Amino acid sequence: MTDRTMKPVDVVIVGFGWAGAIMAKELTEEGLQVLALERGAYRDTYPDGAYPATLDELTYLQRFKLFQDMSASTFTFRYDVNGQALPYRQIGAFKPGTGVGGAGLHWAGQHWRMFPEELRLRSHYVERYGAKFIPEGMTIQDFGVTYEELEPHFDFAEKVFGTSGQAYRVKGEIVGDGNPFDADRSDSFPLPAQKVPYGPHVFMNAARELGFHPFRAPTATVSAPYTNPYGCQMGPCNFCGFCSGYACYNYSKASPNVNILPALRDLQNFELRPDCNVLRIVLDSSRKRATGVEYADAAGNTVLQPAQIVIASTFAYNNAHLFMLSGIGEQYDPATGKGAVGKNVSYQMLSNIQTFFGPDTNSNPFIGAGGNSVAFDDFNGDNFDHGPLGFVGGAALWCNPAGAKPISGIAVPNGTPQWGRAWKKAVKDNYTNTVSIDSNGANMVYRDCYLDLDPTYKNKYGQPLLRFTFDWKDNDIRMTRFVTSKLEQVARAMNPKSYTVTQKNFGDHFDLRPYQTTHWAGGLIMGADRPTSALNRYLQSWDVPNVFAVGSGVFPVGLGYNPTGAVAALAYWCAKAIRQQYLKDPRPLVDA
Amino acid sequence: MNRNYHFVAAAGLLLFALKARAADPQQLARGEYIARAGDCVACHTAPKTGKAFAGGYPLGTPLGVVYSTNITPDKATGIGAWSYDDFAKLMRSGITREGHAVYPAMPYPSYARVTDADMRALYTYLMNGVMPVSQSNRENGIPWPLSMRWPLHVWSWIFSPGLPSLSAKANGNDEPGPQRTRGAYLVQGLGHCGSCHTPRGAALQEKALTDAGNTIYLSGGGSIDGWIAPSLRNEAGDGIGSMSQEDLVAFLRSGRTVRVASFGAMNDVVVHSTQYLSDADLNSIAVYLKSLPPHKPDTAPFEYNATLAAALYNGRPSTPGARIYLDRCASCHRSDGKGNGKAFPSLAGNPVLQSPDPTSAIHIVLSGASMPATRAAPSAMTMSSYVSVLDDQQVADVVTFIQTGWGNQGAGATAKEVAKVRQFSMPVNPQGWTAKTP
Repeated sequence: MTDRTMKPVDVVIVGFGWAGAIMAKELTEEGLQVLALERGAYRDTYPDGAYPATLDELTYLQRFKLFQDMSASTFTFRYDVNGQALPYRQIGAFKPGTGVGGAGLHWAGQHWRMFPEELRLRSHYVERYGAKFIPEGMTIQDFGVTYEELEPHFDFAEKVFGTSGQAYRVKGEIVGDGNPFDADRSDSFPLPAQKVPYGPHVFMNAARELGFHPFRAPTATVSAPYTNPYGCQMGPCNFCGFCSGYACYNYSKASPNVNILPALRDLQNFELRPDCNVLRIVLDSSRKRATGVEYADAAGNTVLQPAQIVIASTFAYNNAHLFMLSGIGEQYDPATGKGAVGKNVSYQMLSNIQTFFGPDTNSNPFIGAGGNSVAFDDFNGDNFDHGPLGFVGGAALWCNPAGAKPISGIAVPNGTPQWGRAWKKAVKDNYTNTVSIDSNGANMVYRDCYLDLDPTYKNKYGQPLLRFTFDWKDNDIRMTRFVTSKLEQVARAMNPKSYTVTQKNFGDHFDLRPYQTTHWAGGLIMGADRPTSALNRYLQSWDVPNVFAVGSGVFPVGLGYNPTGAVAALAYWCAKAIRQQYLKDPRPLVDA
Repeated sequence: MNRNYHFVAAAGLLLFALKARAADPQQLARGEYIARAGDCVACHTAPKTGKAFAGGYPLGTPLGVVYSTNITPDKATGIGAWSYDDFAKLMRSGITREGHAVYPAMPYPSYARVTDADMRALYTYLMNGVMPVSQSNRENGIPWPLSMRWPLHVWSWIFSPGLPSLSAKANGNDEPGPQRTRGAYLVQGLGHCGSCHTPRGAALQEKALTDAGNTIYLSGGGSIDGWIAPSLRNEAGDGIGSMSQEDLVAFLRSGRTVRVASFGAMNDVVVHSTQYLSDADLNSIAVYLKSLPPHKPDTAPFEYNATLAAALYNGRPSTPGARIYLDRCASCHRSDGKGNGKAFPSLAGNPVLQSPDPTSAIHIVLSGASMPATRAAPSAMTMSSYVSVLDDQQVADVVTFIQTGWGNQGAGATAKEVAKVRQFSMPVNPQGWTAKTP
């Protein structure tokens, strides 16, 4: 039942995070009338991230100011296909964003590219280790697009984000002490690498001593004042430590709100409509063409928005949900392996080591930024020989002081009582004398880890919730225990008084309670051929060719790196295909 | 679909196009440019939801509130029934078609300098390029006896240069004179910069309408909405002596340079008017302003003093104001006071902080400030309000610190002055998202 029908537009964009903002910018440049619908509220640096109110861990991190209202809609989880899924009622393991800017407003700012072999992960492993190396039930596949094709878009995204980093190799020439495992680049980063705080400095020295190849990681929390190609401005980061979970008050952390929205604001052919929750993509009777979208506005009206092109740019898994609710494509079935919508959902596999130093070390972990780290990639991607190790995947190892969060907890050495005088003393002794280091690894995709519609639970619009069937697998536990042993070598070389290792054990189940990462991916994957993917290599729906989808939901495999750089590059890649090919001849860009 | 969109857009403009068809498109475009240069829309459009040129903007004057009028071509409520002569008479003498005198909030003493050719183009634009809006003018809030209009005639007779059209030398587009002449024409005429930047006399008249034979013209006006209009003369102190021609052009076009940023009442001028001016005109304005000799020739140029920066850098603030600065301001404006690129304006040597009147500095600390979003620089970089963070004494301390630190030569502030400004200080308005009406 539609209460109202709006004036038609050329393009409707569902969700205004990084991917949606990029598509809006690109398609308005083509002269199209573009409307972006965002389910959450309008947000901007000022007043939503205004100093000093934004520096408030209780409001933002503990009470989730910028995150999805879980009482309106959530997800259900189960470990296996026979389980009964239950709703994720409180934010824990991951933090779904909402509002203008989406997760791009509250992200940490780590801006990575990808390794070329990750874009063709199955082919690469088959070529190097043989088909039998890939474990039974692991459904890794190729993206259908190459690093060379994406490189100009990785490069442009870095210029839009103001990414600060040190390149290693530009056009085949070694240009500096960047990451030697990085693929070739067409240009350096637009800004120099960020400064190295004390903790990462100690980490860097220790890693180097062990023969590893540490580098200053690329970050979109910028090292200098910057004006991007859209004329949008940023101010240099001051290491306040309020990045992940917050709207940066200082214009230092790239966001759709800071880096793209100002350039869209005065365009006559762009409109942003916040507080509009898209319920479904509307198809015509052939079910091969979308005629627009239906959304619920803030007043609860159901509104029909006709459009010639629909861009699904919701967060990660939500694109799959939107396709399922709209009846686009075939639902993935783990029993037969058929269908692609809901397939290959992935997460990330992390471990952590807290190192404790003596008094007056003054590592001062409150000085930090979400994107600011020293990392090494000797055990990421396929930068090491997996042959004797028997697992697929790897992890970035890093020291990333992202600001101290007292309510979230202050690390104390093993054996410290959890309360009382001894605990207080340990907090005092250690608060300024700890260094935290991490492994951030890939979690692979499996035949029985997938998304579908929950048969029991519904959201406030009466629509079935998205159901996750997901658990840890031995391959990834093997990976994390291996890379954590390498991280431990670095911890020892840092020469602390003591250290504490937190890592997964074989048989551990996915725990939704403690925060891990928000980096879900997959569920509506791109690929080279129709039977194995929901989208073609241009991120166009195989089934409804005037629908495109962008965001980490398109990744067919899990990545060790944080996903935003890949999300941005793929969005520019998709936009280019629409601009250069689809608009001239609106039809499937790849023959099925 | 591209075509569809253009068709729809074209259909929407049909009514408009029928009207505009009659007028010469070149004349229309020129008139639109003149209207921008005169910044008509800023005062003749009500805040937030007002329709363009339909009036209703409240102008606070020392006499009371004056509401701007409807200058759309609506026949009943706007100026649709006005002849060109009616229009030119109002623009030059402040006398309406009905014969009464308007309040000098309307800068007709400046507009009197506009050439006939430009005036005709402006008339053509307002009559044919602006959507007619039926909206009656609002009664002004000026109490009797001040509400009597006849003294305004006397005022006009004494202080306005009146009807005679200006010399052809001042003409811009037809006969471009030398750069400085063109600049003077824009500044003194359409730009009406003196309305804010020239001191006013006892009868609220601008003390000078041109630079001829005086140095008081553009030497800095009083408070506009709680912002002090600084000197636009080429002088040290609060003048533009430290800004180059390129700086001035960048400032007027984008609202910012690497050292300073627009704020307060000037933002409207940049957003509605100067950002649209051509490179040639902006350069002419800059050349003219740079040609104006100092009004206060004895003021020494700013000289940077590095001692303070070293003390702050080493965490040794010597006064309560310096301490507040280090805690609350230095992460953007830096301990050396030099700010950081175009993102964070420099405080050391910033002309605004060399002012003998600390009102603007107090106002910025209390309200915060946004840079104007312009086509050349769309980011409305915003410093947030400290109204609920610092008390009167703390604001006075930190303002005194920035007005006198690093070699700055401005006046200090007292808690009493801060309390006064606090009465009208509101946190700066967020730019927000304004849904476009299709």
